[in-house]
Amino acid sequence: MSDHHHKETFMTKFVFSQDHKMIAKQYLITGMFMGVIGVFMSMLFRLQLAYPDTSFTIIEAFLGKGGEGGIMTPDMYMGLVTIHGTIMVFFVLTAGLSGTFSNLLIPLQIGARDMASGFLNMISYWLFFLSSLIMFLSIFVHTGMASAGWTIYPPLSALPQAMSGSGLGMTLWLVSMAIFIASSLLGSLNYIVTILNLRTVGMKMTRLPLTIWAFLITAIIGVVSFPVLLSAALLLIFDRSFGTSFYLSDIFIQGEVLHYKGGSPILFEHLFWFLGHPEVYIILLPALGITSEVISTNSRKPIFGYRAMIGSIMAIAFLSTIVWGHHMFVTGMNPFLGSVFTFTTLLIAIPSAVKAFNYITTLWKGNLQLNPAMLFSIGMVSTFITGGLTGLILGDSALDINVHDTMFVVAHFHLVMGISALFGMFAGVYHWFPKMYGKMMSKDMGYLHFWITAISAYGVFFPMHFIGLAGLPRRYYSNSAFPIFDDLLHINKVITVFAIIGGLAQLIFLANFFFSIKKGQKAVQNPWKGNSLEWTTPVEHIHGNWPGEIPEVHRWAYDYSKIDDNGDLWEGKDFTPQTVPIRNGEEEF
Amino acid sequence: MKALFFILIFVVIATAFWQFFKLLGLTKKDQVATEKENNINGWLMLGLGVFIYGLMLVSMFKGKTVLLPKLSASLEGEHIDNLFIITMTLIFVVQFITQFLIYFFTFKYRGIKGRKATFYADSHKLEMWWTVTPTVVLSVLIIYGLWTWNNVQDLSDAENPLIIEVYAKQFQWEARYAGNDNQLGVGHVRYIKGINTMGVDMTDKNAADDVPVRELHLPKGRKVIFKFRSQDVMHSAYMPHFRAQINVVPGMTTSFGFTPSVTTTEMRLNEDTVEKFTAINELRNEEGKEAVEFDYLLLCNKICGSSHYNMQMKVVVEEEADFNNWLSQQKTLAQVIK
Repeated sequence: MSDHHHKETFMTKFVFSQDHKMIAKQYLITGMFMGVIGVFMSMLFRLQLAYPDTSFTIIEAFLGKGGEGGIMTPDMYMGLVTIHGTIMVFFVLTAGLSGTFSNLLIPLQIGARDMASGFLNMISYWLFFLSSLIMFLSIFVHTGMASAGWTIYPPLSALPQAMSGSGLGMTLWLVSMAIFIASSLLGSLNYIVTILNLRTVGMKMTRLPLTIWAFLITAIIGVVSFPVLLSAALLLIFDRSFGTSFYLSDIFIQGEVLHYKGGSPILFEHLFWFLGHPEVYIILLPALGITSEVISTNSRKPIFGYRAMIGSIMAIAFLSTIVWGHHMFVTGMNPFLGSVFTFTTLLIAIPSAVKAFNYITTLWKGNLQLNPAMLFSIGMVSTFITGGLTGLILGDSALDINVHDTMFVVAHFHLVMGISALFGMFAGVYHWFPKMYGKMMSKDMGYLHFWITAISAYGVFFPMHFIGLAGLPRRYYSNSAFPIFDDLLHINKVITVFAIIGGLAQLIFLANFFFSIKKGQKAVQNPWKGNSLEWTTPVEHIHGNWPGEIPEVHRWAYDYSKIDDNGDLWEGKDFTPQTVPIRNGEEEF
Repeated sequence: MKALFFILIFVVIATAFWQFFKLLGLTKKDQVATEKENNINGWLMLGLGVFIYGLMLVSMFKGKTVLLPKLSASLEGEHIDNLFIITMTLIFVVQFITQFLIYFFTFKYRGIKGRKATFYADSHKLEMWWTVTPTVVLSVLIIYGLWTWNNVQDLSDAENPLIIEVYAKQFQWEARYAGNDNQLGVGHVRYIKGINTMGVDMTDKNAADDVPVRELHLPKGRKVIFKFRSQDVMHSAYMPHFRAQINVVPGMTTSFGFTPSVTTTEMRLNEDTVEKFTAINELRNEEGKEAVEFDYLLLCNKICGSSHYNMQMKVVVEEEADFNNWLSQQKTLAQVIK
């Protein structure tokens, strides 16, 4: 590396950095900023759901004319729900999670000096930044932010006559997403190339940590499916602005028949969900990868069933691209197609079950170090199972009929991918914070953060299933128009209280995060006694990651508590880093 | 400006958290879990497990009363309910077992200094078990599910079904019975004019005897086939008591069918309904609102604009004779549109 001595200015070090570690931090901070907005929005609309007729100063303060008198308007409610979904799914849990940890960990864990292309990596971040900026600004346009739901089904999203949010707000939404997709594709290509080509000597594919496997497969499904969303968005832009009829046909609105002929909104749904479903796994797999790593390290035990874990990730990824139709069981598509999608969808339960049982077996007979990262990882396994199980209902076309688009769905996906991925992200931040900033986060604040968050997460989303089973549709501004839902108000209040407590608890995390950067305890090189390569790099960041040669790898990343023939720990230590050569008389696992 | 004030408050709260922990000296010490913390958090994790169990049990018993009546109001819905009960039972069994394992293991194996974790990295036998078991269980679910799905979706074998068009627009439902010939007149948005709100082609010979209504009446025991059209954006026709839902898509016709099996009067006497509505009316009484009676409903269940949350139509199920009587009193399209 000849270039790691060149002089760095503030601009090249902190702003237009090509160093993967800095880019990872940029992703994380941007993701956290968007996350604060997304979570805050959800707290506002939870207030509306629990106290529909009560006036709140905070609503008036933040929502302006959409919250005049302290009560939000239906349009504002739908805008908030839409942007909350968009931000959380794409900006926090795709870019914030995968962008951060893929960037940070891929070079560090495979033993590379940096990403294959540092320049593309930088472009990828700045495109993400630009798209975040546009999405953020779109909230403030005078006709209202995009409000057709995060799935932006046309014709609602295509016609400004149908709702005011489908005007400029929607245009900005589409532009922002198009840029986001470009960013995501550049990032993904970089991850794939780096993982396949830049592994250090001895780092066989079968020795890669599961995090890296998860990032690799995630990047592949991203590359396969994101372009389809881009095409869906482009066609929608054509329909909106250039008068084409890809998605629109036979529409009469506000007293006139529109000229659109021959298009079908169902086409949009197919294109959208061809990304939309893999997207769930683009969010979830990195979180599962992180938890695999954290659980194994903190259990002081190898991850159980390493190869089965890889197989499950691949199976999930493959199946995820052929199940999109389960979002469309009730669109009126051919019932035979419904049967096919039911079949493929329910098959996903098999690799998911394998993963869940492997996690549980990893805990068994371990010596669990209950660090905050570990608590979040265990919590993640728990919510992944709780949320995943109701997938058996939603994935079954016959059962989906009566719960489709109800609050039951909201409860399901928030637990299985929202909370699970968020917990995975928190676990990752607590675990790798020393690697990012050279400091430790406060453990006690971490505990407090976990306990409040875990209890609130269950308190919010468990009762929500029952509201859905009572038949309450999602995206209802208020259920006061239906006396049959009057008795749900109590449950809604409970949910809102938990949501607000859980939301405010994130302030603990933010305080811990930002103060620890400056004032945290200084980190040691390998605080959690991990095996993987990132813990062999110096605490202070340097270009190229390792001061001398890149270390060679001689074993997999999970030799925790390995014993010799006498039943004693090798060298008396309960971990053996990947760089340690196979000892005399030791068998490689 | 008020917003800035709130943001400032949040920043102050966050700072206060850090300062509080700093004051207690907690930000200075070693930030890796000690044996004591493993112990405390192990117990707390057990507590979280208990909390989740408690939540499940409370929701199951307290939440039961808010659910839809267990009795399906359509014949086809009964199959769905059976499948639902089987799946739900399975879910609860698996949930109880796996959550127990997670939190119990976390508690039992909480870190102790000097304890050696067991190096146990793989077992083909175990992997086999938890691949094969879900596969077998899922096969049963899939087969039963597909059978039910085909049963519900298949409209071809209905004898003399009642044909009704349900028509959606922002933010209202309308409907049209096919009349004496049981054939709907052709409809298209370009025919919408004045009182002809559903856009029926009045030159079509099937159109004249169609009956436009603003409230659905259905005969008990006769298969009803609904044809759905939308004039503007997507809507979704959701009739939860009948276990029925289908999207209403502009530019195409979707359909769904079921056989109503419980009249409105009978459903009002159903014990689940009585329990639910007693509770609802108590609440309404507290708030000074008038009491309500049970009615079947058609709701919009696809986001469709500002008043999405209030797009509904009343549905009445009655004995066939009453139904025929009601229908004969309604005006036909020919009478409405001169």
